[in-house]
Amino acid sequence: MPQGDYIELHRKRNGYRHDHFERKRKKEAREVHKRSKIAQNTLGIKGKMFAKKRYAEKVLLKKTLAMHEESSTRRKVDDNVREGALPAYLLDRDETTRAKVLSNTVKQKQKEKAGKWDVPLPKVRPVAEDEMFRVIRSGKRKTKQWKRMITKATFVGPSFTRKPPKYERFIRPSGLRFTKAHVTHPELKCTFNLEIIGVKRNPNGPMYTSLGVMTRGTIIEVNCSELGLVTPAGKVVWGKYAQVTNNPENDGCINAVLLV
Amino acid sequence: MTTQTGKRKDRETEKMEVQAVAAAQVVVAEEREESHRVICQLTDPEGTPLGSPIFLPETAGPKELQQLVNQLLNNEEKLPYSFYVSDHELAVQLGSYLQKNKVSVEKVITIVYQPQAVFRIRPVTRCSSTIAGHTEAVLSVAFSPDGRHLASGSGDTTVRMWDWNTQTPLFTCKGHKNWVLCIAWSPDGKYLVSGSKAGELICWDPQTGKSLGNPLMGHKKWITGMSWEPVHLSAPCRRFVSASKDGDARIWDVALKKCIICLTGHTLAITCVKWGGDGFIYTGSQDCTIKIWETTQGKLIRELKGHGHWVNSLALSTEYVLRTGAFDHTGKHYSSPEEMKQVALERYNKMRGAAPERLVSGSDDFTMFLWEPAASKHPKNRMTGHQQLVNHVYFSPDGQWIASASFDKSVKLWNGVTGSFVAAFRGHVGPVYQISWSADSRLLLSGSKDSTLKVWDIRTQKLKQDLPGHADEVFAVDWSPDGEKVASGGKDKVLKLWMG
Repeated sequence: MPQGDYIELHRKRNGYRHDHFERKRKKEAREVHKRSKIAQNTLGIKGKMFAKKRYAEKVLLKKTLAMHEESSTRRKVDDNVREGALPAYLLDRDETTRAKVLSNTVKQKQKEKAGKWDVPLPKVRPVAEDEMFRVIRSGKRKTKQWKRMITKATFVGPSFTRKPPKYERFIRPSGLRFTKAHVTHPELKCTFNLEIIGVKRNPNGPMYTSLGVMTRGTIIEVNCSELGLVTPAGKVVWGKYAQVTNNPENDGCINAVLLV
Repeated sequence: MTTQTGKRKDRETEKMEVQAVAAAQVVVAEEREESHRVICQLTDPEGTPLGSPIFLPETAGPKELQQLVNQLLNNEEKLPYSFYVSDHELAVQLGSYLQKNKVSVEKVITIVYQPQAVFRIRPVTRCSSTIAGHTEAVLSVAFSPDGRHLASGSGDTTVRMWDWNTQTPLFTCKGHKNWVLCIAWSPDGKYLVSGSKAGELICWDPQTGKSLGNPLMGHKKWITGMSWEPVHLSAPCRRFVSASKDGDARIWDVALKKCIICLTGHTLAITCVKWGGDGFIYTGSQDCTIKIWETTQGKLIRELKGHGHWVNSLALSTEYVLRTGAFDHTGKHYSSPEEMKQVALERYNKMRGAAPERLVSGSDDFTMFLWEPAASKHPKNRMTGHQQLVNHVYFSPDGQWIASASFDKSVKLWNGVTGSFVAAFRGHVGPVYQISWSADSRLLLSGSKDSTLKVWDIRTQKLKQDLPGHADEVFAVDWSPDGEKVASGGKDKVLKLWMG
């Protein structure tokens, strides 16, 4: 039940307490120390929550400050010459598409250096067979040990049909199958979610390549038609190679860097 | 012209017919007996009939028709003509055409004759040189009206002049503070003016590569286009008009080095400006209107409304003549400005004919409008068909065709008189930025974002030549007025010269 605004009423009648403003100032001055004490002493989830709240406050504060700063200072716009000149007819056009459309000044260098793999990750840790596969026991008495389950991320093509389960030697778990990869263009510094076309080479061996296993350092082929790359002859580039840079089985996603 | 023909028709119909048939008979005399005849009416592109309908043998082809037209027009020199039946070129004999298209022999067939250029320009086929020099993207390329000089403006804030004989850089003109967005040659070839993103204009002397005076300041934002006063209106070229993003167009005097008139009225950026042969200035703007200005006091005369989005590009039917001034394919040179004015006026009148100047505008609303600004403020035709915005429109040098470049990766060809659709040229895999005509109107060049240039044949309506070579987007193309060379520049910072 509301008790009414008795404080306000009192203040209206009698004015502020004689030391009100001093007390207020002192309380505010103590506030930081109090906060600091809380910050130092809270533990666990409480600490996390406190830190998050404090962080949000600080971000807001800094943003506000920057906003005020900007409005008070006058700056000259478009003073310096920028990179990436555009003709007059493209100046007013939407710039959002520009990030997606790449230049082919970044030419397909692997064409010139045919046969030589010049990749971002030249060496990777070899993966042992018992790490790659888990043995599955089968048979009525679970005595047979010829089935293997792949413990790494795999790419399975859209046309794949399973063999009868009884005779299937390698099992590629559907939870570890991927069809898309986050591919970063190294010179544009932007990332696209592209479809995987195939596994080109697994550094651990040709068997893993044919199984479509994607570990760190694997070269995959991605569908980059939506990037709008063109060859010097004016044809649209469709597939390009990329190298996996993370450990997909740990991360649950595939990060790759485009080979240009 | 019409009344004359009419009178003559009354008096000489019989005689003409006999004469005409006789001319055709010379060629096809032996087949005369068994051949059937067709009633044909020859007309010029505007639809004025030439003589009365005549009987022609079915075996008559373009060659015989050409002979006939030359005779009927009393041409002393035999000029080449091409013939069109309902907008399709007549390439075979009349009889086989009729059979193929199932046209009734009873009807009068209207055959449109169109004069062709007496010279022929060979298509460019190879890249003759790649000249590096600019340190940023090349944004504009232009040949001088006499075809002897070549200049380019770039994102590295310089204008460069090139010697295309030795294919080396001639002058580097520094002075701009920001990207040089557009350049324009005066029609007498004495000046080159360039406009930058900072809004200043600089006038250059092509002989020395030095700037004439200080930069012309006035525009508050970047320059989007420039156009010189046609040489047949004032003999030594002095005035030009510039358009800017800030919504103003300004008329400048090169001799006084200052702005004479400021044309204000557009509420948004002006995208394109043209100085017409009748002495008016046409401006197309992002506020969806085209305004027409008078040039002595800068009054607004007319406003053309119709577009639903930005107007991107304007083109005049006489634009090529205005650009080249007194210079034609013969490469003659004129000593005095008066002589030049005289010749230019002759060329302009010949090109324009009796009809008023036509204007075509391409827009962001994917359509184009054909206007006759001198006649009415309503469009003559609305040209639809593009699936993306139209970036560049261009009349062919003889005014017979309109070509349009669009971001839907196609170039479309339209009839320049009526505005009806003729053909679409597909082949580019990226948006087409710029187009350029060869001086004889038989070939069309297009430059695209897909880094290629393509040459299209108007006659066969097919791809004539694919010119790969640029490593990146092609921003600017220009075909020299003498037809020997093509220059192109783009994002890969090099200027390429192409030859036949």
